[in-house]
Formats: sequence, C-alpha cells, structure tokens
Amino acid sequence: MDTNLLTRPLAPSSSPLVVVDKVRQLYPKGSGENLLVLDGISLTLGNNEIVSLLGRSGCGKSSLLRIIAGLMPASEGEVSIAGRPVAGPAGDVSMVFQTFALFPWLTVQENVEIGLEAQGIVPAERHRRALAAIDLIGLDGYESAYPKELSGGMRQRVGLARALVVHPKLLLMDEPFSALDVLTAETLRTDLLDLWGEGRMPISSILLVTHNIEEAVLMSDRILVFSSNPGRLVAEIPVTLPQPRNRLDPTFRQLVDDIYALMTARPAGKAPGAFAGSGISMLLPHLSPNLLAGFLEAVAGDPYRGHADLPALAGTLQMEIDDLFPIAETLQLLRFAELAEGDIKLTEAGRRFVDLDLDDRKRLFAQHLLAYVPLAGHIKRVLDERGAHRAPASRFRDELEDHMSEQFAEQTLRAVTSWGRFAEAFAYDEATGVFSLDNPV
Amino acid sequence: MENRKEASRRSAPLGVGGARLWPNFYDLAIFILIAGVFAAIAHGARGMVAPAAWLASDPVTLDPANLPDYALRTTLRMFAAIVASLVFTFVVATLAAKSRRAELVILPALDILQSVPVLGFLTFTVVFFIGLFPQSQLGAECAAIFAIFTSQAWNMAFSFYQSLRTVPGDLDEAARHFRLSPWLRFWRLEVPFAAPGLIWNTMMSMSGGWFFVVASEAITVGDTTIKLPGIGSWLAIAIAQRDVSAVLMAVATMAAVILAYDQLLFRPIVAWADKFRFEQTAAQQRPRSWVYDLWRRGRLIRRITALIGALSARVAAVAPRRAPVPQRVAPVGAGRRADFLWLAVVLIAVAWALWRIVMFADQTLTLDDVAQAVGLGFLTLLRVAVLIALASLVWVPIGVWIGLRPGIATRVQPIAQFLAAFPANVLFPIAVVAIVSWKLDPDIWLSPLMILGTQWYILFNVIAGASAFPTDMREVAALFRLRSWQWWRKVIVPGILPYYVTGALTASGGSWNASIVAEVASWGDTKLEASGLGAYIAQATEAGDYPRVVLGIAVMSIMVVACNRLVWRPLYRLAERRFRLT
Repeated sequence: MDTNLLTRPLAPSSSPLVVVDKVRQLYPKGSGENLLVLDGISLTLGNNEIVSLLGRSGCGKSSLLRIIAGLMPASEGEVSIAGRPVAGPAGDVSMVFQTFALFPWLTVQENVEIGLEAQGIVPAERHRRALAAIDLIGLDGYESAYPKELSGGMRQRVGLARALVVHPKLLLMDEPFSALDVLTAETLRTDLLDLWGEGRMPISSILLVTHNIEEAVLMSDRILVFSSNPGRLVAEIPVTLPQPRNRLDPTFRQLVDDIYALMTARPAGKAPGAFAGSGISMLLPHLSPNLLAGFLEAVAGDPYRGHADLPALAGTLQMEIDDLFPIAETLQLLRFAELAEGDIKLTEAGRRFVDLDLDDRKRLFAQHLLAYVPLAGHIKRVLDERGAHRAPASRFRDELEDHMSEQFAEQTLRAVTSWGRFAEAFAYDEATGVFSLDNPV
Repeated sequence: MENRKEASRRSAPLGVGGARLWPNFYDLAIFILIAGVFAAIAHGARGMVAPAAWLASDPVTLDPANLPDYALRTTLRMFAAIVASLVFTFVVATLAAKSRRAELVILPALDILQSVPVLGFLTFTVVFFIGLFPQSQLGAECAAIFAIFTSQAWNMAFSFYQSLRTVPGDLDEAARHFRLSPWLRFWRLEVPFAAPGLIWNTMMSMSGGWFFVVASEAITVGDTTIKLPGIGSWLAIAIAQRDVSAVLMAVATMAAVILAYDQLLFRPIVAWADKFRFEQTAAQQRPRSWVYDLWRRGRLIRRITALIGALSARVAAVAPRRAPVPQRVAPVGAGRRADFLWLAVVLIAVAWALWRIVMFADQTLTLDDVAQAVGLGFLTLLRVAVLIALASLVWVPIGVWIGLRPGIATRVQPIAQFLAAFPANVLFPIAVVAIVSWKLDPDIWLSPLMILGTQWYILFNVIAGASAFPTDMREVAALFRLRSWQWWRKVIVPGILPYYVTGALTASGGSWNASIVAEVASWGDTKLEASGLGAYIAQATEAGDYPRVVLGIAVMSIMVVACNRLVWRPLYRLAERRFRLT
C-alpha cells in the first residue's frame, strides 16, 4: 500500500527483515556449463543492525545485493523481505550505488524526488519530503544544483537522500564509498554512523557491500565474509566494539588482522595461487610485470626486509585489498612469495629477483613463468612443437573459453601475453593476433 | 527553518510562486519572436491545404515579392518533416530497442534505407500521395515532406536506437530500482540520455534535408508536373527562363533561411541540450546561443517554461503507472518456437516481395537493361571515388592547417557546417551556365556538382580531428624535427583518421544521392547529360518508366551498401581500433 510509505515503518520486533535461503546464481556462458557466481548462500538480517558483505571483486557480493533488491532474479533459492518473497524491485528496499547513478540532467531536488514521482505522490508532498531528506543529509542550499556541479562526496549524499526519501525498511549500499577519496569517504561514513546512532534515518537495517576490511569493521554489527569463484559464505564475524570505533584500538587492529588472515588463507587441497580454475584454465589477473617487480622491491626493502604484515603494507602502499591480493597471489603463484596468516614473505627466489639487473630479472622471471604458470608453459610448448613456431591467439582463447567467460578468457590471455613479453619467452603480434618465438633482436 | 521556506519558494509547484510576474525586456523580445513564428506558421499552413486548383490558377512566379512567402513554405516543409522524423524515431527506434524480434527486422531495414538514394523514391511517393489527397495540394506537399523525411529519419532513428541500447547500467538499475513506469522512464531517462546524439544527428540530417526540399518541390513524373510554392520551384522556373538574377536571389534567400534556422532553432536547442550530456564533470567550453540567453533572461518566459514543464510532468504522472515486470528468464523452448514462427513470417513476407519484384520487372526488363544499369553504376562509382580522392587532397591539408590553429578553427568551423547545410543544387544553375558558355564536356564537368555540397563534411570533420589532436604529441613531433612527409605519414594522418573516415563516408553517401540531380542539368532549353546511373534514374523518372526507376534505385542501393560494407566499414573499424586517441 502506498500510504504505508509515508510513515516510518514500525519494526516488527523479532521476525527477521531479510531471509536469503540457499541462493545460487549462474551466468550463462557461450559454451559448456554455466558459470557459478554464488553458491548456497543463506543468511538472515534482523531489524536494527548494520551488516557488511565483505569479499573481493568477483565474489558475487554485488550480485547478491541485486538479487535482494529485486533487480535480478536468483537462479535458485528464495529471498524474502519482511515475510514477502522478492519478485522485482519492491517499495521497502532502497539502494545506494557505487557510481551514485544520479540522473545528470535532473537537479539535486529532482533526483531526490524521482522515487516519489514513480510512486505517483502529489508534487507538494513530494517536495516537502525531498526537502526534509535533503536537509537531513546535509545538502541544504544545493537543491537546484546539477550533479556535475557537485563533488563526489556531495553526489553520494544525493544518492543517500534519494534512497532515504522513499522511507525504505532496508537500505542497501553497494560499495558506496569506494569511488571517493579517503578523507571524503571517512567524513561520509562518520556522518552516516551519526545519523544511524541517533536514529534519524527512517530505516530499520543497512546491508553494506564492501571490499574494504577496515570499513566493514568500522561500520558493521556483523561481517559476512565471502570467498571468490564461486562466491560462498565462509565466515560470520560479529563486531561488538562500541560505536564510535577507533581504528587504532588494538582490538580493532586485531580484528582487521584476523580477517586479512581469513581472506588470504589457502583453501584446503588447492594449489598455491588461490586463483579460480586449475591447470591452463586458471583465471589470471592482468598485472604489469613492473607492478610485480615494484611490489617485490617494496616488501624486500625497509622496514619489512622480506616479511610484511598485509594490513600494514596496504596502508603504506595506499592499496585496497582488490589491488593488493591479486598481486600477492600472483607472486605466490610464481613462487616469489608466500602468504600465510595475513602476512607476505618473500621466497629465496623473490629475494634474489630484487637484487638482479634487468636482463637477469627477465631470465629468472621466464624460468618461473614457464614452470609455474601452466598457460604460459602450454603456449611455449605449442610454439616449440610447431615448425613455423607460430600459433594464433584464438586457439588458446577457445581453450580458455571452455572453462571461463569470454571476458575472463580475454583478461587471462592478456595477462600471460604481457608476462611472456617481459620474460621474452614468446612474442605476440597485436595486428595479426599471432604468438610466435621470433623476438626482435 | 528560514532556509527551507526560502527553498520551497524558489521552486513552487507549477512555476507560479511569489516572485514578480511583470514581463521584462527579454520577455517582450521573445514574445514577439514567438508570436511572429506562430503567425508565419498559420499563414503557411493555410496555403498547404489549399485546393489543388490553386496551383494552376496561382502558379509560382518569379516575383521577388513572393520570395519571402516561398521561403516560408519551404521552411515549413522542413519543419513538418523534422516533426515526422522525430515521431518515427521515438516509435520505431524504441520498438527496435525493446523488442528483439522487431530489432531483427528494423535494424537491417534502417541500414539499407540509409543507403538508398531517396530522390529515386519521389516518383512513387508523388503518385501515392496525390492519390491519397486528390482534391487538395496536401498530396504534393506530403510527397515533398516525405522526401525530406526519408533523408533524415533513418539516421536519427539509428542514433536514438544506439543511445537506448547504451543507457548506462547504473542509471538503468536506478530507474528499475525506483520503479519508474515505462512512460516515466522514457521521458526521465531514455530521451534525456539520447538527446545530445539525437540533436546532433538531426542537425546533420537537416543539412541533407535542404537539398531534398529544393529537389522535391518541382518535380515531373511522366505527364504530371507539380510546382509547389517554394524556393525549389522558384529555382526551377528561373532555370527554365534563363533568369540569372532570379537564381542569385534564390541563393541569397536560401542562405538567409538556413542562417535563421540555425540561429533561431538549432543553436538554442544545442545550448539547452548541453545539460543532457552524460558527463559527471562540468565542461570547459559550453555551446552558446544568444536566443537561448535571451530566453533564460526573460522572467515571465521562465515562468511559462516552468509551467509547461510542470504540465508535462503531470502528463507523465497521468499515464498508467504499471510497475515494471521483474525480468524472469523465459523458458527456452517457448522462446525458440516463437522465434521460428517470427522468422517464418519474415521469410514469407520477403518471398512475397521478391515475387512481386520479379513479376513487375519481368514484364519490361531484360538482362541487357540490368547490364546497362550496372555499367552506368560503375561510371558513377568512378566519379564518386575520383571526386572523394580529389576533395580529400584539397581539404585534408587545409582542414589540418585550420584545425591546428584554434583561433581560426573556431571561426571557420561554423562556416564549414553552414556550407555543408547549404543545398548545392541551388548553385547548380551557375555551374551549368559556365559549362554551357565555355562548351565544356558535361561527362567531366558535371561531375564536380556531385561533391559540391558534400565535400564540406570532409573539411569540418578534419578540422574537428586536427583540433582534438593532443598538443603533447605535436610537441614531440616538433622536438624530433620530423620532416614534412614523415610528419604527415606518422603523426597527423593517423591522428585524424577516425574523423576523416567519418567525413569521407558521409560525403560519399551524399554524392551518390546527388548524382541523380547532378548528372542531368538544364539551362533553358539546353540540356546537359553525363552518362551515369544518376542520369539513368533521372531520365526514367521523367519518362514515368517505373521498371527502370526501380532497377536504377536497386542497382544504386546495392552499390552504396557494397561500398559501405567493403570499404568504409572496415576502414572505420581500423581507424577506431588503431588510431582513436582518446
């Protein structure tokens, strides 16, 4: 009923607000079996709590958020909100987007009103409620501005006002601070927590998707940690620290350390690297060899001397886990480093690499690349076996696409091409799309 | 508290808050402009629906006093065609974007229609529309408007379709999330997002439209000769009467009309549409228009605009608010069956059409006719190719020179765009006089007319490309003291290639179309003819020989499509992939 939306919903005391039951999400792939993105996700969200979904990119946490929002149907499983099964975008849920998703041709006020307009609320009422939301979120005076005139932080405030003005029971936030600079993000987090603490927002719960471990610890009452490829719920961590929380508090730091360890733990029975897939069909991140070398140098140098605590390293290098983990894991795959307990340790080869000059680095990199990255070894073998020492990239791409999506196959092939070029193990001609052994001398 | 009251007054509902309502100077100016436009439309429209007999009793004459009236009628035809094209665009492109099955048919159709020489159509449409309104002038008017429509609707629809398909994912999600009804979504998300591209395409289409309105006002099909009051008919009579000063008057009037259209209609719209550009940062240089500034400065006008805005918002709210249906994956089997059914329907329609064509052509045409048309087609192709090459040799260096000098470029660019919009067929008589008086070979000297109006596309695209060329790269080239030839080959030509290809593609398409009016020209009783497919179609039209008109159009369409597929598209892809700088 539309009239219900005008008043703040009274929270039913005990029954859960959101129930997600055995949700699986499959993406259709060009050939072969479908790609499994989410597997067996079950969770509940009570009233009056902030819960974070924490995971790395590609773990399906954003997909789960969209399933809960009704923007996307789940392949299997059920989701219900306040006892009603979700079958499309519903009135009691609101979402804040990572990219703000403001309509650039509408003013702040018109953007905030859009959800009310869709509900057919009369202009005068729309107006009143939009002004109240704008007021609440600290955007007074910006009513007639266009989004492009605002800074990122201000834009996300508009996104927040737009979500709150429809008086949802549940607020979904999809990495709402990740497109903002560090200081702006922190201010917005604090303001949001203040509003939440004072009970001034007309919502009963918040579900926050993030890949930022500290953000999750700072804001939430509970953290749900996801693994990647496919996304599974691997841990549920209650955070009982009182608000406002202090990032420097030893308990806070310990919790962050523990989560780092959890997220870099090697799954039992899996080869080092933690990448999805195995053998030549391993999904690889596209990272430049220069970045890998720079990272090795940073860990080898002072103050770490070859052994670094990942949270501390993330702080020093100003990196999010989505940047940090793929590098660390690639180095692990190449046997230049090892990951354990949230720490990174250089191997003997890793230490040696740092001290070599460029040509020797290339040689060492080539040895490790061909030995430990199965796809690189495979390409090299094929080129060696062929008389002309040439092979089209499409051949390898097809092999990869049997196991992964087109986009991932492209990314993996690019990664191997870039590493192979650095190692001078093989050459690639972009115009013809052919791998060969003829390195220009 | 004070703050909020202030804010609520600033944008009171229906735009009639407490602020002063007294008109200011700008209001007055805009009102006079608007009232004048309405009076003119009313006057012109009355003429359009006049009985057909008027055309005979009140024929087009070369009386300068009538010229403003004729210019108005021509302008109104353009206006009607644009409105029709917009409606077509909104309906057809939306259908193509929303329904996969409609898309299967609409997209290839648009693609082909874009390449078909519209002038060839005139024959059929004139007969059809006159049959539709036998008692009034409206039939001939509709035929002329339809000719303009066919020159612009397709690429406007294409542009809109592409915008609809590329609506940013997050905005799409936001719209679905906040449960915008399809109607509200269309006006709040899709149309604004598509606006800049659509307006640019409309402007470009208008350029072509002027050409066709001039060509379609005075037309002879078999025994029927129609001269609608307008600049095109004025020009036709001036040619028949060998009246040079009348031709010059037509040129001047045309220039004035295009200038007015640009200043009063398009510049304000472009300036206004700037807010729809999908960018999250404020632009450095915004398009400006004095009319738009005038408009915004007017106090009362602003109120009225707000009122209209509020009313249209009401309309948006009135439309049925159906909650969007959640996307469910349809069972694969059912979808497949429906697809096959749809495909079968399309195939049957195609087979029927093919049969009709064969029946129609079989009565009068032989294989020799086909061979002749194809042969002439290659002659015209040769002309187009040589002319594009020559125009490129001339305009690429000039365009680069201008483009690298921002001060000159900003002044030359509007002139180049104006020249592209100017209908070259108005200038034809002048060239024909020259050919006749110096006894030149029409096979060679009529050819440049084909590119007279279209060469400017090459120029202004090259200027745009050279202007956008990054300064740092120019500096690198200067530092290494690249020799002239090296500089052209390694630096600037690759740098402007995507722009050049766009310009050359448009120019060649336009030249094919222009061949129908450029390969045949007359001055009084003197008739000049170049042998080519354009002349073939023009003669068949004049003789009312429908099978040969169809044959000519079909051959030309196939050659244009083949050119696009085999030459321009691969070149465009290459340019996009390898040489796109941003």
